Amino acid sequence: MTARVGVVTFPGSLDDRDAERAVRLAGARPVSLWHDEPDLRGVDAVVLPGGFSYGDYLRCGAIARFAPVMNELVPAARSGALPVLGICNGFQVLCESHLLPGALTRNSSLRFINRAQPVRIESTATAWTNRYTAGEEIRIVLKSGEGNFVADDATLDELERSGRVVARYAGDAPNGARRGIAGVSNEHGNVVGLMPHPEHAVEELTGPSTDGLDFFTSLLAHLESSPAAPAAIG
Amino acid sequence: MARVVVDVMLKPEILDPQGQAIAGACERLGFSGVRGIRQGKRFEVEVEGEADEAKLDEVRRMAETLLANPVIEDYSLHVG
Repeated sequence: MTARVGVVTFPGSLDDRDAERAVRLAGARPVSLWHDEPDLRGVDAVVLPGGFSYGDYLRCGAIARFAPVMNELVPAARSGALPVLGICNGFQVLCESHLLPGALTRNSSLRFINRAQPVRIESTATAWTNRYTAGEEIRIVLKSGEGNFVADDATLDELERSGRVVARYAGDAPNGARRGIAGVSNEHGNVVGLMPHPEHAVEELTGPSTDGLDFFTSLLAHLESSPAAPAAIG
Repeated sequence: MARVVVDVMLKPEILDPQGQAIAGACERLGFSGVRGIRQGKRFEVEVEGEADEAKLDEVRRMAETLLANPVIEDYSLHVG
């Protein structure tokens, strides 16, 4: 059966359509989820897309965290059952929800960064990166003003020790992110937050590469290798 | 009706590039003797009735849950 992958649209989401397109290109069926409906519609996984949810008022992701759709998502993600990928603003929502450690703050340069960014995959032990090779360098789009990942040293040490740093910027972190961290996962590997955008690198015509597609095909491989995860598990 | 003011500041160890940019502008404008600037947020919360302990507790919970992100920010509140 074709996997069904939910993509949440918050007011101010920008990249939900691209995320749905990436899901489709990977061979799954995208399911649109609306921020105001407390229902995941039985999807097998969820993508929280990039953009400026609720205008990024207060802090990026701080208000989206309390959207009705998150009521079902947060416990299912925390339990390890529901794979969730948060891209850019979605990563910020996952940090604000405490599903992932740390926080994303203003780029150290104060400039909005928009470029094709070399990124090194550090961990393939997640639902979203199992089709990559550890150490593999990919080129995907980075476009964010608040992508500077921060956490205290003890948290960073623990993330590195437990293999939960999923991706790093190759070379210097353009946004000042601590230890060059571009993406992290939770302890189960089902929840991944990523500052650059794999969904913008899935087609030759519009992306800097097609290197991002394997985030989505990794999910399908993960779902095939593990029993169906009912999204409603709490 | 009473007003409770919540001040939210980045923790001292968190880089504040906005504050640094403002400090740079101060220097260019000739405001001398500025050692550094950190930028924060101020929330004025209007509550019904008196700002008693129960109300303050509620605002405190609000600050911890929503107004501040305890990973990177500290908050303080006072009746204003």
